[in-house]
Amino acid sequence: MPTTAPHALSDVTASDATLRRFLHGLPGVDTVGLEARAASLGTRSIKTTAKAYAIDLAISMVDLTTLEGADTPGKVRALGAKAVRPDPSDRTAPSTAAVCVYPDMVAAAKEAVAGSGVKVASVATAFPAGRAPLAVKLADVREAVAAGADEIDMVIDRGAFLAGNYRKVYDEITAVKEACGTSARLKVIFETGELSTYDNIRRASWLGMLAGADFIKTSTGKVAVNATPANTLLMLEAVRDFRAQTGVQIGVKPAGGIRTSKDALKFLVLVNETAGEDWLDNHWFRFGASSLLNDLLMQRQKLATGRYSGPDYVTVD
Amino acid sequence: MSDKPEKHGRLSVFKTYKLYVGGKFPRSESGRVYEVTASSAADAAGKGDWLANAPLASRKDARDAVVAARKAFGGWSGATAYNRGQVLYRVAEMLEGRREQYVREVAQAEGLSRARAADQVDAAIDRWVWYAGWTDKIAQVVGGGNPVAGPFFNLSSPEPTGVVAVLAPQESSFLGLVSVLAPVIATGNTAVVIASERSPLPALSLGEVLATSDVPGGVVNILSGRTAEIAAPLAAHRDVNAIDLAGADEALAKELEIAAADNLKRVLRPQPVDDWTAMPGIERMTAFLETKTVWHPTGALGASGSSY
Repeated sequence: MPTTAPHALSDVTASDATLRRFLHGLPGVDTVGLEARAASLGTRSIKTTAKAYAIDLAISMVDLTTLEGADTPGKVRALGAKAVRPDPSDRTAPSTAAVCVYPDMVAAAKEAVAGSGVKVASVATAFPAGRAPLAVKLADVREAVAAGADEIDMVIDRGAFLAGNYRKVYDEITAVKEACGTSARLKVIFETGELSTYDNIRRASWLGMLAGADFIKTSTGKVAVNATPANTLLMLEAVRDFRAQTGVQIGVKPAGGIRTSKDALKFLVLVNETAGEDWLDNHWFRFGASSLLNDLLMQRQKLATGRYSGPDYVTVD
Repeated sequence: MSDKPEKHGRLSVFKTYKLYVGGKFPRSESGRVYEVTASSAADAAGKGDWLANAPLASRKDARDAVVAARKAFGGWSGATAYNRGQVLYRVAEMLEGRREQYVREVAQAEGLSRARAADQVDAAIDRWVWYAGWTDKIAQVVGGGNPVAGPFFNLSSPEPTGVVAVLAPQESSFLGLVSVLAPVIATGNTAVVIASERSPLPALSLGEVLATSDVPGGVVNILSGRTAEIAAPLAAHRDVNAIDLAGADEALAKELEIAAADNLKRVLRPQPVDDWTAMPGIERMTAFLETKTVWHPTGALGASGSSY
């Protein structure tokens, strides 16, 4: 697989200077306009059958995540079982898209979801800080891929990015993409909460896409500010524009801080209105979340029975 | 400035009555309100003077209140009984400070003379104090050590049921409300209260007292509106553990009891109360307690046949 972008923008990545010129030549983000647009799209009312459809779609887009120091193989197995059959009392509830774990838990996760179609995603590259030598990061990725990970969630070197060292970030992403080989899709985490400005998020999005990301992802979930409607909207605009220019479709994954069905539905509206229907599929859009799934299931039960459900009727994870 | 009050036709400042949910004072999610009018014995149709607009809560307000009550349950039920007693006593202190306001509101709401309304309010404040005293005593009265045939300590202790939906009595807008609410929270439950449909103002004002008296937000949530409309989703709600039907008429009580059976809620049926000022007894507290019994070995038996 070629590691440089084989498209109309391939000359952009020819050198450090051209890359910098391109990223700094991207139009500035209208902060007020962006936030107002994200807020206004969040006011749509979605009810009855549309809501039922959206909840099932959202469930099928969840990357059910556990990224704790205290993760045990048992917890990963439980999570895998939940991903395959989120609501044991209702077999019509769809499976989630994937489970997302640390690299050393990939084998356990793989076993837990075997034969179900649920993918195993693994964070890698010294997640969440990303402060490790490149060789260590690549070894991290190779281990995870070798253990059977279908998707790799890498973090970019925010220090290098903020220092203006775009080429270093670009080279790291291409190297990790190569380490993923042909079997694993690569999600690139920007940690938008640490990038300070919307302009930086737009630059990071384009940088990631040029370097060969299959997905661009907002956050690790480990810092104060995670996925917001505004930064996700910005990234959706980036993937839409990237496809218009190159014909290559890239996925988007907001992660962290999305806890309620209402929030999830707002994100789906953003996707539909910004990137379009092509992205309304778990191959192209994901939610990085853990507690969100229970809320989606409770809403689903409410729609099915007409009675409000409670946390006693979903699994504790 | 203040030496010439009411001189130049000062504009009245109307109070906006709001719900009390999760320690905050939101309007109804639906944006609806309804007119609350004064009650007067002479006017049997009940179309007295307009008093205020009260929020007409929807089922989503009820849902939000349950979420708030569930969130508050861990902290409130986990607080020591002694601490809960202090907090409830503090409620009585705050009520005492606003006694005049409640006397006025109760007199208007129930069409009582000022003196009779004052009696109601005093009785309500005394009732808070009475239940505040019970918080750390109820366990001795209804729990205890049980004699068993074996080397065990066998202890029964009462535990709060969880989130309790309370339909406040329709007629007694304040004393009746306090008489059904205080016993629920004294033992560590959290409550979602539906105020008297016709006279919700004293109940909504009680929220202001609770908010300023160390009761954690969410322990008591007060909704006003059509009792039947709000009670139906609460009775069917699977995260509500018990329901007190004091404010329901016979037909509504039956309907709600059927809905409540779905998740085996504890149901307290409406009981006729002639005189809310009479001593209440502990039945309203025990109605929302569950008894947990623990078997604890007395220890390994030594060679002497005893571990003591």
